[in-house]
Parts: sequence; structure tokens; C-alpha cells
Amino acid sequence: MRQFLLFGSVILVGLVFISRLFYLQIYSFNGQDLYSDNAIRKVYDYPKRGFVYDRNGELLVSNQPSYDVMVIPREVKPLDTTEFCKLLKIDKERFLKTFEKARNYSPRLPSVFLSHLSKEDYAVLQEKMRKFEGFYIQKRFLRHYQRSIGANVLGDIGEVNQRIIEQQPYYKMGDLIGKQGVEASYEEILRGVKGIKFIQKDRFNRNIGPYKDGKFDTLPKQGKDIHITIDAKLQEYGELLMQNKRGGVIAIEPASGEILAMVAAPTYNPNMLVGRKRSKNFTKLYNDSIAKPLFNRSLQGVYEPGSPFKLMNALIGLQEGVITPHDKVTCYAGYRYGNRFMKCHCYSGRRNDLISGIQESCNAYFATTYRKILDKNNNASEGIDRWSNHAKSFGLGNFLNNDLYVGQKGRIPDRDYYKYIYPKTFYSTYTISNAIGQGEVATTPIQLANMAAAIANRGYYYTPHIIKSIKGEDVPNRFTERKYTTIDKQHFEPVIEGMLQVYKNGTAKSLQIKDIDICGKTGTVENFAIIDSTKTQLTDHSIFVAFAPKDNPKIAIAVFVENGYWGSRFAGKVASLMIEKHIKGYTTRKDLEEWLLKHTLKNEYAKPYSGEPFKINGQTSFQLVDDNEYKRLKQHLNHIESNTQ
Amino acid sequence: MVRDTNRHFKFDWITIILFLLLVGFGWLNIFSASHIGETINYFDFTQPFGKQLAFIFLTFILIILLLAIDAKFYERFSSVIYIFSMISLLGLFLFGKNVNGATSWYGIGGMTLQPSEFAKAATALAVAKYISDLNTDIKRFKDQLRTFAIIITPAILVLLQNDTGSTIVYGAFFFVLYREGLPKFYLAIGLSVIILAILALKFGAVATIVIATILILIYYFFNKKTFNLIQTLFILLLASGLSLGINFFYKSILKPHQQDRISLWLRLEKDPAKLEAMKKTFAYNLNESEKAIRSGGFKGKGFLEGTRTTGKFVPEQHTDYIFSTVGEEWGFLGTSFVVIVFVLLLLRILHLAELQKSQFSRVYGYSVASIIFIHFFINVGMVMGLIPTIGIPLPMFSYGGSGLWAFTILIFIFIKLDSNRINEW
Repeated sequence: MRQFLLFGSVILVGLVFISRLFYLQIYSFNGQDLYSDNAIRKVYDYPKRGFVYDRNGELLVSNQPSYDVMVIPREVKPLDTTEFCKLLKIDKERFLKTFEKARNYSPRLPSVFLSHLSKEDYAVLQEKMRKFEGFYIQKRFLRHYQRSIGANVLGDIGEVNQRIIEQQPYYKMGDLIGKQGVEASYEEILRGVKGIKFIQKDRFNRNIGPYKDGKFDTLPKQGKDIHITIDAKLQEYGELLMQNKRGGVIAIEPASGEILAMVAAPTYNPNMLVGRKRSKNFTKLYNDSIAKPLFNRSLQGVYEPGSPFKLMNALIGLQEGVITPHDKVTCYAGYRYGNRFMKCHCYSGRRNDLISGIQESCNAYFATTYRKILDKNNNASEGIDRWSNHAKSFGLGNFLNNDLYVGQKGRIPDRDYYKYIYPKTFYSTYTISNAIGQGEVATTPIQLANMAAAIANRGYYYTPHIIKSIKGEDVPNRFTERKYTTIDKQHFEPVIEGMLQVYKNGTAKSLQIKDIDICGKTGTVENFAIIDSTKTQLTDHSIFVAFAPKDNPKIAIAVFVENGYWGSRFAGKVASLMIEKHIKGYTTRKDLEEWLLKHTLKNEYAKPYSGEPFKINGQTSFQLVDDNEYKRLKQHLNHIESNTQ
Repeated sequence: MVRDTNRHFKFDWITIILFLLLVGFGWLNIFSASHIGETINYFDFTQPFGKQLAFIFLTFILIILLLAIDAKFYERFSSVIYIFSMISLLGLFLFGKNVNGATSWYGIGGMTLQPSEFAKAATALAVAKYISDLNTDIKRFKDQLRTFAIIITPAILVLLQNDTGSTIVYGAFFFVLYREGLPKFYLAIGLSVIILAILALKFGAVATIVIATILILIYYFFNKKTFNLIQTLFILLLASGLSLGINFFYKSILKPHQQDRISLWLRLEKDPAKLEAMKKTFAYNLNESEKAIRSGGFKGKGFLEGTRTTGKFVPEQHTDYIFSTVGEEWGFLGTSFVVIVFVLLLLRILHLAELQKSQFSRVYGYSVASIIFIHFFINVGMVMGLIPTIGIPLPMFSYGGSGLWAFTILIFIFIKLDSNRINEW
């Protein structure tokens, strides 16, 4: 028996060893990954980020080189900090703080030590870099915005954060990524793919040559240039007109769904968010919670659409067969339902048909129409679902599924929505505000512009999008297929005739443009704010929706000007001018231009924060910009005009 | 003539093939761990892999010599060999060359020779000779003491030269003596000491004494008849003394670097600063070698493809840490292959030893297996992080001429003795 002690020990040890090896090499094996192998140094070569051009080939965004000082804390050897700090133009305290931060992030992964050196500093530093082990200079590309326009369209790039690195391992500390706008939605195309060199290290962290003769090294793939659908001239013009106002403008080419201009006001100079000053400026913009310059009102601003939504009710009424273009409704300077009354600015006793109803924006006419739609089969619940589906077929009430980085659904209510509000009985009168685009209906400017485009096309639209072409690639075909609405083509003509009359004889009569048949619809929307926990009414929003020309439309546009009062007062002027600018290439209504530049809404925006009671709408007076501001704006306008010729 | 032709086939070819497999595969890994750059010249004698190739070549000459010498020579001259070997160890105190803190080498020309490696074979011969003497009875206390003296002399000599690893190897002879009839009492003592020592270091003396008491009570609960109060109390007293003594031994007798190795292994160290310091010294090797093994996965990265091996991340990788190269480049397939070859070689030697008719051959064979086993157990166990860091080479595998030749001598003397089995009588 005694011989079994060693026999047994040998076999036991053999089994224990094999189990341990199984545990180490199979059970807890986490893949052969060159990237996580700290015996291999990874050196990145960043490609040129793709340029962005406008629809006419004008360069909007290009690159400028930037140099970051990177650090791998573990590899840092004692150094002459005084000299190093002097070269970097930082103090010793900052040096120690940054170094500590980098070490806390990871001792063996590179962190950014100092970003965006100036070219002069780089030149000096590069000579001496060899002396500072563990530090190196990484070249990257920053953006250079050729024009100070379209900040909300173009977006910006910034350093990736820890969360992005975890979700997308492509990005490493210090890498730049599109943060907003086109930069974000076309990140992968613009970015290209960075090249990588694998270098074998020894345990003293010295490079001992390329790993496997560079077999796995890759060359950087250049980012692709893109053309966007924006017309830089129209964009710049729109931004100028919207100065000193808040709101959004969206112009779409109905025949393609291409977004010609996308103005959000207030806006900022995109070059503010480039380089070392980015974080400071970003914080400043971000913290402006009143004007919200980073908030893209044309995409994210959810407003009650107001009167332009009457067009939708007219179309649904015709499609459902509950009205004809010739049926007349008598307006009693309002509409009485039950014991309540909805006011209208028509004189009492006026009889409106569809066209004059649109032309005069008659509330009574559309309240009647809306009730007829809902009560068609004496079942308002079914009626509201039918109504809702028609409206949704115009892309309202949901995301447009386009290539813009932000968006909002808006709201088109349906039976389910009201079930919670009116669980027992539901009558059409409960929701009568929807007839005039108030109440529960809410849309964003881009949705309304898209609705205008669908009307202009007489029944279909293309998903509004920002990409015109990508070098060597087709635009996704979801942008080139027609989306049909549920309204038959023939029902559009009377509505369009009504919109034409708005310009010819109606609420936008003063905004006519010579030689262009514009079809439009004004909107004046009541709105409220909570001030000191009291619901307080503010001056109405000024809204305008239009397309032109009537036949073969070139542009559909939606303009929202917050607290601008009635529709043609601010929004209509902007819309008319931009339509003219787009179709003719120049403007003739200098009076409108002048008026817009001169008038500011600053005091309107200050009212809710003043802490004092204030007056609204008819009791307000115009505010003019001061002389300096006027001069500046005028100069800008002249500059735009001289570029056009 | 007939007898002559058969002679070559009387050698145990299985052992020889397993030996050659280890030497060959070992060299491939030494090459991988020590070559630099892309240019490959296998005969670059300034590099470890080139030198090892020369050592292997000389090994073949050595094998022929060992097999050519008459089997009786080894038994007859074992005492002389042993005494000569002890003198060579003593000589180190006068002429020894200090490498890495241990004075274990003779420098002869450009070469170094490590007599402690050869002393293992000499001791094995001496032990075999003494035990197989008709007048020796290992069950007798006096003979036990003499046997221990034979083993402990070289162990103390290498310990004095600061070569703790080689000292521990002499513990291997315990297996031999036990096989030859050393009372079970020693096994019980040995195992108890090891277990108590580990428990006392990890959980403290009081907890260990409590555990020991409970175990003894459980034992007597199932064997009520054998209960003897005085004996029980005596055992408990010894266990308590040991538990207390081990802490004294650990803190006062062991050197700081030895303490560190044990404290890392038993995870005793809680001070983060001290742990950090360990990570930079010996724990660094351990960590890197474990990482290298882990990174190999099932199939390994391939010969010469190991990034950690190429980057020389594991210090001493071609010597004590050679197994981590196998792990990284050959993966689980390679490492389990090496483990299996070792196990087969050991079992084969043990099997042959049991077949020997002469007690000398059997004891010697047992000594060979025990020595290789201890080396294998400590080296591979250490590289995988299973036991504390103790620097001894992996037999036939690690870089080094002395080691390779010492194991060649150890094994081929046994092969020669085994081939002579039929002629014995």
C-alpha cells in the first residue's frame, strides 16, 4: 500500500494542474484581443473628417489641425516640471491636478493632458517632447466653420465621454465625435475610420518594433464629404430675419422633401464650439435656460399649430364627405355650443363657404366642420379615430423618421388619448378646440412645413431630410419614396384655392409678392406660462404656413415666432420674404425686410421674468431695436445682397 | 552476439521518448522566450537558445557515457560520488560565484556550473546505497537518523548558499523513505505540521487550536475504544505549541522576502501600499506569468506569436517561468500536454522502480521520481499561482546546462540500472 502515496500524489497533482489550466485558459479566457493586450502599443492615425457643403456646393465646414498633449501616467518618468509647465503655459498646480485625474482614469491608457495647442506652442513643444517620457502629441482635426450660420443644422464635434467609450469601443479617450446636428447624424460617414499601428512593447515599455511586421496595421480611411440640402444663402437670410425673435423656420422643397433652410432663433456662431473654448462656451449656451440657444425650435419646439391646422380639418371634412366646397356656414361672430361660446373675428351673420372660411380663418366654419367629421356616424369616439388617422397620414403626431439628430412627436389625439380624460361619455364638443388647431393638437415647425409640402404636392410628401448626397453613396431610399396621405387628390384644389385667397384677399393680403402666387395660412395661437404657480396668458404666437408657387411648388414653409401676436405680423413677413428669396434669388419687398430688422420682441420675452404684471396682445406696443443693432443688421443684409449679385 | 544486439532494446524506450519530448519541446519554448527580433539563427551561442542547443548536444554525449558505464559502478561508487559531491558544495564557500544573491555557481571559463543540481543525484545514490544495505532497517530509529543525516547534509549546505528552492527539493526523499518502511507516524506528523502551519498563519493560533481540538474529539467520537486522555492532551499541547511557534517562526526566522511570498499566497497582506510594493517585485512575475498563460486560451497564440513572450513581459521566462510561454503560445492544448507527459514519465519511472529486483535500484528509481515530482509540482504550481513563489527550474524544460545534465544523469543512471534488471541475481 505504501507505494500508492507517491503514485496517488502524482495523479492528484496532474488533475489539479489540468483543472487550474482549464480554469485559466478556457473558463476565464477573455479572448485574444490586440486592443486590450498591454504588450501591444496602439498608435492611432486620425483621418481627415469629411467636409460639409451646401446644396449649391458651397463649402460650409472644413478642418483645421489641432494638437493634443496626451499622457500615459504609468510611463511618465521624473521630469523637469517647471520647464514642461512653461512650455504648455500652465501652472504647476494644474499640472499635478491634471496628472492625478489622468491616473485616476487609468494608469496605462492614454488620456488627454492638454487639448488643442496653438500652432506656435506645438512647434516649440514638438522639438522638446522627447525629453518628457510618457507624454506625446496626438494630431487630430477640429472643425472650421466657413460661415457663421447654421449652428443648429451643422452641429459640432466634441470629446467622447466615458459612457460613449463603453458603448462604442471604437472611440478612445480624447477622440472627437459629432455631438449635434449633421455632425452627429452623419458621424460615421464624416468620421471615416482611424488607422492603427500595433507596436510590440517590452516590459520596460520600450517599442521593439512593429507587431508581426505590421500585418494587422490599418491605414486611416478618410471621412466622406457630404452635401446637405440646405441652401446657405436662404439659411443666412432666414437667420438674419429671425434675429431678436425666438422661434423656428423650416423650408422644404415639396418635390423632394429636401430641407432648404432650418432656422432656430436665437442661434449662435458655430465657431464658438471649436477647440479649447468649446467647453466654456457650451456651458454658457447650455445654461441659458431662458433663450435656450441650443434648443432647436424648428425641430423640437412643440406648439399648438393654431389656424393652419384648419387646412387639415377642411381636407378631412372633404375626404369624409361631410362638407362640400360650396356648403355655407353662418358665423355669429363666433360659435355657440351648449352654453359655451367660441369667438370669431368675422362679423355676425357672415356666411362662409370653404374658400372664404380659410381666407377669413373663420372659427365657426371649422368648428362646424370638425363636429360634422366626428359625429358622422353619431359616434364621436369612432369619429375622432378617423380624424386622427387622416391627420397622422401627414406625418403629424409622430417622429418623421428622418436624418435629423433631434425631433419631437407632437400630438394628434385619438380615442385612446381621450379615454383617460373622459372615461364615461365623449362628445365632439368636448374637443372643439381641435377644430382651430388649439386644445390637444400640438406640432413642431418641421411637421407643419411637411404638411404644407403634402398640400403643395396634392396628397403626398417625401420625408423631410437634410442629406443631399454622400460622396460615392446614394441617399437612403426612404427619402426618395412618396408617402401618400389618406386624402384624395381632388380635395386639395379647393383648400389650395382658399390658401391663395388668404394672400389675395384675406389675412395675409399685405404680404403679397409680385409675380408669385403664394398659398398660405396665418395662425395666431394663444399660449400660457406658469408664473408664480399661476397660469398666465402671454402674447399670442405668430404662425404662418405657406407654399409657392401655387402650381409646381418650389418651396413649402412653416414659420413660428414666439409671442409675435397675429400670424401676418411677424411669421407671415418672414415666410413671404424667404419664399421670394428662394424663388427669385432676390427680394423686392424691402418694406417687409426693413420692418423685420427694426422690430424686436425682447421686451415680450422679458415680461414673464420681470416679476411684475404685464399686458399682452392688443395692449402691447412695438419695440424697435437700437441704432447700433439696426446698423449691424442692415450691414449684414447689404452683405448678403452684395453676395447675391 | 545475440546478446549484444538485444542490448539496445533493453533500455526503457518509453522513458527515453518522454524525456526527449520534454527536452525538445522545452527548447522550442526557450527559443521563443529568448530570441530577439526577426532574424533567426538557431546557433547563436551568445543567446540562451543557442547555448541550450549546445547543452542538449552535450547531453547526448553524456547519455552515451552514462549508458556505457557498467551498472554495478553506480552502486559500488555511490559513497565516493556522494562525498565528492558534498566537497563540491563545500567548495562553493571558498570559490563560489554569486548570482542573484545565491552563491551556487562555479565559474569555469565563460561557463557556470551549479553543483547543487548534481548533488541531488549523488544524494539519491547514497540514500539508495544506505537503505539497501542488509544491515539497515529503516524502521529502526538509529538508521532513520543516519538516513536523515545523508539527506540533510546537502540540504543545509545549499540553504547556507541562499538557495532555498533546492533545499525544499530534499523533502522529496520523504516519499522514498516512506515507501521503504518509514513509520506512518512521520507521515501523520508531516501532514499535521503543514496543515497546522497554514491554518495558524491564515486564521491565527487560537482558531487553529480550537479546530484541532474539535477534530480530535470527532476522531475519538468514532473510535471510542482507543481514547486515551493523556495521549490526547499531549497531542493537543503539541498542536498548540506548533500553532504558536509557527507565528514566531514566520515573523522572526523567515526573511522578509520569504514572509512576503507566503503572505501574498495566503492573502494575509491587507496594507495596500505593501501590496503595491509586492506587485512591483516578485508578484509582478507571478501576475505577468498568470496573465500570459491566461491569454493563450485553448489553442494558444502559436509558436513565436506570443505577444507577452515576445515583449519579455515575464522576467526569467526562459528559466523558472518557461511554463508561461507554453501557456501563451500553445494554449491549453500545450500546457495539458506538458502536464500529461510529466505525469506519464513519473508513473513510468515509478512503475519500473516497483519492478526492480534489487532494493538499490528500486530506492534509486523512487528517488528519481520523487525529485522530478517535487520540481514539477513546485515549478508549475508557482507559475500558475497555486503555491508561493519558490525559484526552482522545470526539469528538462527550463534553460540551464547544469539542470539539464543533472536530470539527465538522474534519469539515465536509472535507465541503465533498469536495463540491468535481468542480469541481477
